[in-house]
Amino acid sequence: MNEVEHLAHAAHESSLLPWIILLPLLGAILNGLFGKRYSQKTVSLIGVGSVVTAFVLSTLEVIRLAGLPEGDYLSVDLWRWFSAGELNVELSFMIDRLSAIMLMVVTGVGSLIHVFSTGYMKTDEGYARYFAYLNLFMFSMLLLILGKNLLVLFVGWEGVGLCSYLLIGFWFSDMEKAEAGQKAFITNRVGDLAFLIGTFILLFYSYGSLDFVGVGGAGGLPQTAAYLGDKAPGMLTLVCILFFIGATGKSAQIPLYVWLPDAMAGPTPVSALIHAATMVTAGVYMMARLNFMFALSDVAMTVVAVVGALTALFAATIGLVQNDIKKVLAYSTVSQIGFMVVSVGVGGFVGAIFHLMTHAFFKACLFLGSGSVIHALHHEQDIRKMGGLKAKLPVTRWTFLISCLAIAGIPFFAGFFSKDEILFFAATAHREGSNPMLFVYIVSVVAALCTAFYMFRLYFLTFEGKYRGDKHTWDHAHEEPVMNWPLIVLAGLATVGGFVGLPHFLHAHALEGWLEPIFGWLYEGEHAIFHVSHSAGLEIALMLGSVLIALLGIAFAWRLYMREKLPEAPVDAWWHKLLMNKYYVDEFYDAVLVRPLRATASFCHRVVDVRIIDGLFVRGSARLVGAVGDGLRFFQNGDVQAYVTAIVVGIAAILVVVEYLL
Amino acid sequence: MDLSQATEPAASGSILLAALVFLPVLGAILLAFIPREQTAAHRGLGATIAVLVFLLSIPLLTGFDASVPGFQPGTRLDVSWIDAFGARFSLGVDGISVWIALLTTFITPLILIGAQKAVEKRVREFVIAMLVLETAMLGALFATDMLLFYLFWEMMLIPMYLLIGIWGGENRLYATVKFVIYTVVGSLLMLVGIIWLYLKTGETGAPSFAFERMLSLDLSATEQGWLFAAFGLAFLIKVPLFPFHTWLPDAHTEAPTAGSVILAGILLKMGTYGLLRFAVPLFPEAMGAFSPAILVLSVIGIVYGALVAFAQGDVKKLVAYSSVSHLGFVMLGIVAFTQQSVEGAILQMVNHGVSTGALFMLVGMVYERTHTRKITDYGGIAKSMPVFTLLFIIVTMSSIGLPGTNGFAGEFLILSGAFLDALFVPPGAGITDWPMLATVMTIIAVTGVVLGAIYMLSMVRRVFFGPITNPENAHLKDLTTRERLVMAPMIALIFIIGLFPTSFTSQTTASVEQLMTVRPRIEVVRDKSERQKIRAEGARTTLAPRVGAPERVAGVAPGPEEE
Repeated sequence: MNEVEHLAHAAHESSLLPWIILLPLLGAILNGLFGKRYSQKTVSLIGVGSVVTAFVLSTLEVIRLAGLPEGDYLSVDLWRWFSAGELNVELSFMIDRLSAIMLMVVTGVGSLIHVFSTGYMKTDEGYARYFAYLNLFMFSMLLLILGKNLLVLFVGWEGVGLCSYLLIGFWFSDMEKAEAGQKAFITNRVGDLAFLIGTFILLFYSYGSLDFVGVGGAGGLPQTAAYLGDKAPGMLTLVCILFFIGATGKSAQIPLYVWLPDAMAGPTPVSALIHAATMVTAGVYMMARLNFMFALSDVAMTVVAVVGALTALFAATIGLVQNDIKKVLAYSTVSQIGFMVVSVGVGGFVGAIFHLMTHAFFKACLFLGSGSVIHALHHEQDIRKMGGLKAKLPVTRWTFLISCLAIAGIPFFAGFFSKDEILFFAATAHREGSNPMLFVYIVSVVAALCTAFYMFRLYFLTFEGKYRGDKHTWDHAHEEPVMNWPLIVLAGLATVGGFVGLPHFLHAHALEGWLEPIFGWLYEGEHAIFHVSHSAGLEIALMLGSVLIALLGIAFAWRLYMREKLPEAPVDAWWHKLLMNKYYVDEFYDAVLVRPLRATASFCHRVVDVRIIDGLFVRGSARLVGAVGDGLRFFQNGDVQAYVTAIVVGIAAILVVVEYLL
Repeated sequence: MDLSQATEPAASGSILLAALVFLPVLGAILLAFIPREQTAAHRGLGATIAVLVFLLSIPLLTGFDASVPGFQPGTRLDVSWIDAFGARFSLGVDGISVWIALLTTFITPLILIGAQKAVEKRVREFVIAMLVLETAMLGALFATDMLLFYLFWEMMLIPMYLLIGIWGGENRLYATVKFVIYTVVGSLLMLVGIIWLYLKTGETGAPSFAFERMLSLDLSATEQGWLFAAFGLAFLIKVPLFPFHTWLPDAHTEAPTAGSVILAGILLKMGTYGLLRFAVPLFPEAMGAFSPAILVLSVIGIVYGALVAFAQGDVKKLVAYSSVSHLGFVMLGIVAFTQQSVEGAILQMVNHGVSTGALFMLVGMVYERTHTRKITDYGGIAKSMPVFTLLFIIVTMSSIGLPGTNGFAGEFLILSGAFLDALFVPPGAGITDWPMLATVMTIIAVTGVVLGAIYMLSMVRRVFFGPITNPENAHLKDLTTRERLVMAPMIALIFIIGLFPTSFTSQTTASVEQLMTVRPRIEVVRDKSERQKIRAEGARTTLAPRVGAPERVAGVAPGPEEE
């Protein structure tokens, strides 16, 4: 079991790799330090240029990777970051077939969103600061996906958290926005706490190495995981669960998802980039990266699948009733990442990465579309005050509609393929001697039904019907050309992006082939862990079922919202209150965590520190000394006879003590 | 002190360390002859001397031979001093002290340049106090003779007393008295301990205060216990370890910026330095016996310091309590006592000096503008002071240990080293067994990472973000060029240490390895558990499966791994 040769591949030096990472950092530094003195044009040039160049370089490197023998990777070691005792961690990066996909998504979608931002933010006084933060985010995200060991990944992991904090609170003069940023950072830190403990345990067992790939199949985390799986499966499960808790923070899963809806306080392109397409999927990427570890723990994987499914459903139900265009999308994101987590949990790592990619396309498009709407309507976000916008915002409308079709799972848009792959795995994948997790499948299907409904509710209320806002806003509503074409590109990708992963019965799953060197061992060969159905009939039946579900959801939305008089929301119904208040989870956390923490802090300060330690002990002992001094004054009375008596008695006492006790 | 005796045969070594120690105090004497009114001269000359000392200290690093364990032979100085007592004027520097010494020579000029405006009364005395303090700190760091160490140790107290007492805030008298009494109580017991050791050396030759002689003493367990308690109390008060910390918030709050920076930057480190330098190697078995208590108190300090910091409404007090929390991490590194954790602890001493020093400097800069430390008097000042805000957020990130900054490097080494010491927990271990206790405590310590973010970010939000509630803050001047220049080196260090921690720890490796030779003696007393037996029986590999590497004693670096 200690064999990990199936994960061993050769490394090739890459000289471009450091530049891919450094360019956005350079952009951030320039715009951050000198941006105020630059013209808006220069700021845009630096901000967008650095990311687009990184995208071009990434493309070149990925093409080079595709030409290498299957499974080999590009890497670069910069310097020894930590070296103490047995700990040895290099600052090193790699592009393998898994990180290549992330690299293309992050720099590609990132470039589009940077371009979009030049239009969206053009009247903001913090223009340079905005691009500095956005570039800094790209830098951190690249560290995260290109890190060759767990610790470099962690630098990016916390770095994106910092950028998220800065960007959510970008308009810091609004205290609510600053609070949302802080909440995001601290909630993420709770997850990071588990991540760190997991890392420390791994460090103990791996003799100080945290590399994702061993050299020649030996050492590194794969071997540690195999060793633990063999000798200490309980410890392995614990470590997996710790890392999964880390993932629930960054990827907004139960119980740590609460920061993401609040994170919508940031500028909308930020929500598209960070809180939809890239950063929030980092947890899924991390688990896929550590597939050699997660796959070995049955218990941990089951936990992952169940939590993912529950999150998918839970967030989708909240999305049903929200009225803020961005909040609907935010809960939709939580729910969609839930699908990816389900996929990881049932062993469908390819499906998880596939959905991560298609989701990046259509969700970025949706968020940017909402940004276009918000921009056109002077920061109106309430869909009850929208309607009929297709007349004013044609490009936004069409791209938004395409993305809605994609997320709902209508053939043959991108989301259809990736979501069906996840559902197919949930329904059929199983380990030797156990059954598929049907519970997870059913919950996911219900979540998919909700998804189709709330997305089309959103679409109908925004773009169809009659406009319900004030006339002045309507008259001024228009689209910005520079913001249109990122939408078009993303909608194009949301349309065709799914064809890289055609259903299994066609035997033309390009993505699966590409990722074979990373995940192939899980399904075939002597170390295979998961078994999937190979029945074409079953796959087609499941597929038809989910199309039906999607159509059903859309039909519901159509009946309710495509008519002259919109239905009154049942605001008094208990279930509506429950959903509107997001199941009172924030209130629950406030009562159980936040307030007790404040109370404890205040108690420690007021009572323990001031009264007990300082008051009773420190000043108390000072007072005691004073009192004893007063008492001793009695002896210092100038009476020599008394002194002599005391001396004699004292000496006698000492002699007695010395004689008898020592 | 008669240096002319350096010509005697017993004398040896280089003059560098002595020059570093005496240059500041000589400068102070020079300043005493310049008329009190010429404040510009005092300020300029003081800063110049401090810069000179810094330049002179650079050879400490460039000439440092990282492969040598123990005191660097190149800079060792040993001349006779008080022959009647066998006390010698001997100085040395090694991997444990070199970075803290450099931090001292680095921060002092920054303070003298940075505090030019803040101090307006008795400028001459202020500069003199700072220079004398530098002499005392460097002397205490370099001394390898216990009497000499004690002398410098007590000498630190006087200028610090004056700094708080003369240039401090409204409640300064209370704070100084508390500070002095607290520290003196601790140090007097240490003096008793030093004299005991001195007498003890007389049993095997001429009595001597030399540290090396004391190291080779054979002390009984009872003796060690009492001596460790005497030394430990002095050092732990200085750290300060919970519950001996209440002097710190008062001292910090009342001290002028210069005093706070030096207190946080260097003086607190004297406690942890003293433990590592003297208490642990002199009394390892006692260290083993006291380890559980120190461990628990350190971790309480981490959590408790953070909680109390969270409850503060005064920026300076908040930073002061954050020190209690951060020093708890350093203590954790020392008490876990693995190669990694001790290297991390030494690095974290420097880190804390940089980060908290920088925080106090920044707080001082805004205080000079607003004359208030109350958080509620601020709000939204990011708008009026963008550069200040940027720097403050960078330092905050360093303080809460964001990877890429120095804070992470130190915390990571300490925590990973502590886990290395704590794991593996054998089945059936109770909470009083070391592995279990250490594991539980280290996990609690990691929560400090979250708590740190909570109190620091809450403070940042309330001070910098939101609308400007206090109209006086609408037109605050952003940092001046001088202030930026003072901050620049600190900010640079945050990233340099964060990205290249190995360049810093590699100087400490050999000395810490030498220190690690006492680890087995600590373990014998400390690990009263199954693990002790398992290790003794050499059966550890079967219970603690670790990937194909040789059996090793936790904490001591294994030889090159062979597959």
